[in-house]
Amino acid sequence: MDLTFSQTEIAFRDELRTWFAENDAGVEPDGDEDRQYAWRRDFQRRLADGGWAAVHWPREYGGRGATLTESAIFFEELGRSGAPLPANVLGLLLAGPTIMTWGTDEQKERYLAPILTAEEIWCQGFSEPDAGSDLASLKTRAVQDGDEWVITGQKVWTSAAQYSKWCMLVARTDSEAPKHKGLTYFLMDMEQDGVQIRPLRQITGEPEFNELFLDGARIPNENVLGGTGNGWKVALTTLMNERAGLGFFLQVRLRQLLDRVIDEAAREGLLEDPVIADRLGELHLRTEIVRLTAYRGLTAIEKYGQPGPEGSLTKWMWSDTNQRLTQLVVDLLGPRALRADDPWAYELLRARGNSIEGGTTEVLKNIVAERVLGLPKSR
Amino acid sequence: MDFDLSRDQREIKDVARELLTARSPFAKVREAAETAAYDPALWGELVELGWPGIAVAEEHGGQGLGVVELSVLAEELGYACAATPFLSTATAAAVIQATGTDEQRARWLPGLATGELTAGIGTRELAADAAGAAIVVVIDGDEAQLIESPETDLFVSIDPTRRFATIVKGEEQPLGPGAVDRIRTTIAAEVVGVCQRALDMTLAYVKERKQFGVPVGSFQAVSHRCAEMLLATESARSTAYYAAWAAGADPQLLGEAAALASAAAAEGGRSVTASAIQMHGGIGFTWEADVHWLFKRAQLDTALLGGAKRHHAALTRHAVAKLQQGVAG
Repeated sequence: MDLTFSQTEIAFRDELRTWFAENDAGVEPDGDEDRQYAWRRDFQRRLADGGWAAVHWPREYGGRGATLTESAIFFEELGRSGAPLPANVLGLLLAGPTIMTWGTDEQKERYLAPILTAEEIWCQGFSEPDAGSDLASLKTRAVQDGDEWVITGQKVWTSAAQYSKWCMLVARTDSEAPKHKGLTYFLMDMEQDGVQIRPLRQITGEPEFNELFLDGARIPNENVLGGTGNGWKVALTTLMNERAGLGFFLQVRLRQLLDRVIDEAAREGLLEDPVIADRLGELHLRTEIVRLTAYRGLTAIEKYGQPGPEGSLTKWMWSDTNQRLTQLVVDLLGPRALRADDPWAYELLRARGNSIEGGTTEVLKNIVAERVLGLPKSR
Repeated sequence: MDFDLSRDQREIKDVARELLTARSPFAKVREAAETAAYDPALWGELVELGWPGIAVAEEHGGQGLGVVELSVLAEELGYACAATPFLSTATAAAVIQATGTDEQRARWLPGLATGELTAGIGTRELAADAAGAAIVVVIDGDEAQLIESPETDLFVSIDPTRRFATIVKGEEQPLGPGAVDRIRTTIAAEVVGVCQRALDMTLAYVKERKQFGVPVGSFQAVSHRCAEMLLATESARSTAYYAAWAAGADPQLLGEAAALASAAAAEGGRSVTASAIQMHGGIGFTWEADVHWLFKRAQLDTALLGGAKRHHAALTRHAVAKLQQGVAG
């Protein structure tokens, strides 16, 4: 058992820290999301120039062939530095690895490089109004027409759709087949008339996500990824990648938020109150549990090729802790934390989405119960 | 980064599990509880394997291994809810090895390592295995005291699988810094085992027990509660083994690590074992079903740990100190 980083890992981390110190992202621009997105996109270009945009990608595709631990270190350091998540995070974490696993040589040649530089942004077309937790029941149709597929349907929860060139689209190509088998994974061009984007406003007031209305959108045959009818398997590759590296970024952000709260509470003399000291100590405990358990999960994958129970537990624990933290802040700071323009108010509201996005806590509990604990499927 | 037991440590764990499954099933635990006596044959076997001296240096007659190995054994004995003086004796020995003076080590370790002597551990008001022990190691605020031939009063607790006493008096010698953290780290490891057993028993039960024509484990109210039991158990596991690792590899981290382990175990032990009773339904509430031994053990372990809240407060102090030192989060 060794909870320290190896010499190689420390060297990697130090090189990265130096790069961040020399390449300050600056302050997030205020107000409009277009400016914020442009800031993130520009920072990703700088990461790409430095060779840091996708450490976990193989060197042949522009990455550093980083180990899982190095990948975790990258996301921790990114979080620590105050730099933004790369604008093309879905391309880097989802589309890229999925194309590397299932793509033809031509597809890899065509799509991977522009992901790194954020030249071509990717979004995800999976969930639908009637297909959230039950993703396999999705209804968006793809019908063959000569060399092309014609798409009709609707997608929801698509972030960055308005900036995206490409969409990882899962659609039904065979309605006769059992629901998991009639799906195909496409790489869809977002810049066409058949694709309409409508912003979807969240409780935070912001439209971080969008709806996609697909009516006669066209996809050439060579943009099928992984073969017709194989969409579910390809989608699983995407879903499995969804949380790996991002988890370490989110953990560090949680830690930073907590440190800000503790710092503020200490300065305002609030820690004299034993109840507050108790609640903050408990949050510190939960935050450390998320970090330690994530490291255990990393070890399990590196040693045994697959996560142990930790894999399913960390997202659940992280979202629960973030919600408790943002709620505690309101109790600590009083009504000022509920002012419409207060950043803590935004965090409070945004945190409600954490236990829903990327797999609801209820579904995660089902997965733990069925796949980790071996309990019979629930009715 | 390798946050996992080594192959050797896994082997110790597997051997311990196998041995205790055979030699300390619940029938034996119940027998020990109902006669208020440890089984000398079981203790004799553990002594012969060298377990009490697992974390004592070879020069003093021990196995020369470390706190992680000690935690592995504590966990497995917790899993069995075994009725032996192992926790107290082996922990006291490990603490004296790590924080005692040369004189204290020379005087007590050989006897403890060979099982010739037993030790007690805890606080003055609640000390496990103190009656009749050669020494008791007692948590006294932030320090630990080694008390020789203590005078004790019996304390009959709800956990009859373990002997408890209050310390009336005895000559005290302080142990070195980190002693209290090391005591708590090992108790936390025992709690991990108690939680895991509670979870395993619960899973076996809810897969078998049918109502309304289906196993009750297929109801989400039950399966989700089991998932929550796993989360609490794994949280205790992550922190307990982090502390065990820190004790050997980076003692500067031990203060905070022990507080993390204590808080997670103090909270998790009670909630997981309470859930286990609940998930067993009516049967869970019977003496015969054995689930209660784990609940009772967890209650006493939480008391020995001093409860979760004390450690939350300590963790806030640690977090503030780190921030003031500008230590990276």
